Amino acid sequence: MASGEGGAGEYISHHLVNHTTELVEGNSFWTINTDSVFYTILLAVIYLWFFRRVAKKASAGVPSKTQNFIELIIGFIDQQAKDIFHGNSKVVAPLALSIFIWVFLMNFMDLIPVDLLPWLGTLVGIDYMKVVPSTDLNITFGMSFGVMLIVFYYSFTVKKPAVLGYLKEFATHPFESPNFLVQSILAIPNIFLNIVETIAKPVSLGLRLFGNMYAGELIFILIAVLTLNYGWSDVMSFSGATMGFVQFLLALAWALFHILIITLQAYIFMMLSVVYLNMSHETHDSH
Amino acid sequence: MNINATLIIQALVFFVVIIITMKYIWPQILGAMEEREKKIADGLAAGDRAEKELNQAKAKVDTLITEAKEQASHIKDQATQMATKIKDEAKSDALAEKERQLNAAKAEIEQEANRAKEALRQQVSALAIAGTEQLLSKEVDAGKHADLLDDLIKEI
Repeated sequence: MASGEGGAGEYISHHLVNHTTELVEGNSFWTINTDSVFYTILLAVIYLWFFRRVAKKASAGVPSKTQNFIELIIGFIDQQAKDIFHGNSKVVAPLALSIFIWVFLMNFMDLIPVDLLPWLGTLVGIDYMKVVPSTDLNITFGMSFGVMLIVFYYSFTVKKPAVLGYLKEFATHPFESPNFLVQSILAIPNIFLNIVETIAKPVSLGLRLFGNMYAGELIFILIAVLTLNYGWSDVMSFSGATMGFVQFLLALAWALFHILIITLQAYIFMMLSVVYLNMSHETHDSH
Repeated sequence: MNINATLIIQALVFFVVIIITMKYIWPQILGAMEEREKKIADGLAAGDRAEKELNQAKAKVDTLITEAKEQASHIKDQATQMATKIKDEAKSDALAEKERQLNAAKAEIEQEANRAKEALRQQVSALAIAGTEQLLSKEVDAGKHADLLDDLIKEI
């Protein structure tokens, strides 16, 4: 598969490097990870196309099997969103659905054999790529910051009085005192803690997904390294065949386990987003 | 693994995906689900109502049947009574008729007997007269001895 004298180190790093396109010459920020963007948009299109197809034909009569399946997912997410989110919003449940399915699909790319898509890429002249968008920090942060932007929007508009309500909360929580002077002093640690919390939310949200998926992908790559540079004669030998069998078993076991992880991570990302959105709608006055 | 413009693109795509889901996917599917839920609830309610109505109809039928049975037995009783009455009447009529005819027959027999007696008496008297005439030859005149003859007839 991997031709030439490439060792394990090269193989691994090759799999963990994004295919990039520089928008501005020599500027590392204005660079696009072409592979991540391609796969993430492809998956978004697949998700939207599939669900839209069902939504168009959705009827209140006897549902088709596909519609039944979609309704199962939507019913589940609607229930979860209603349980956690107590406000009244048309955004939260569709947002939860988008996150759950999209992130799941991104994670699912992990289950496609690690070398399949990059190998297909080499056939059309792309020498290397990362196929799992959620192992790209930019993608996970892109979504977690997106969620936080929505949270900020609601924090500023929903809490009363608008804008000031949120800023007031910043200064008066978590430590509060009925005495104005004491409260003024407590504002300093309050603001500090709230800033840390506000930053920690999207960072932890993005990092959690990234970390899990990156580690999972890395283990798939390490399993694949077992038979790295094996030629046809190696595979035909006893030791080579044994190694191949061991690799198959390991990859199977990890893939089965990984099904759980990818679903769980998509679910966690969705739930935490809904939890943050719920916080943005709640006022702490009831304390 | 550097943070770069991919993040911005991803965030933008994220918003687009959410907006499309919000506008073109979520309401349609959830709407269909809610509509179906309502339909099922309506169907179940209709079923309950139908069952209740059926039970009511059954109860009504039962009462109707009982009433009809009562009426039938009443009519039967009446008919039996009527029959008995008609039979009794017919019987008494027949008895009365029998009595009447019997009496009539008796009266006729008596009459006939009387008439026969009368005729016999007259014949006997005629015979007696004839006999006497023959005995007395022309001595007895029917006209002269009418009183005597009448007494004789009465005696017979």
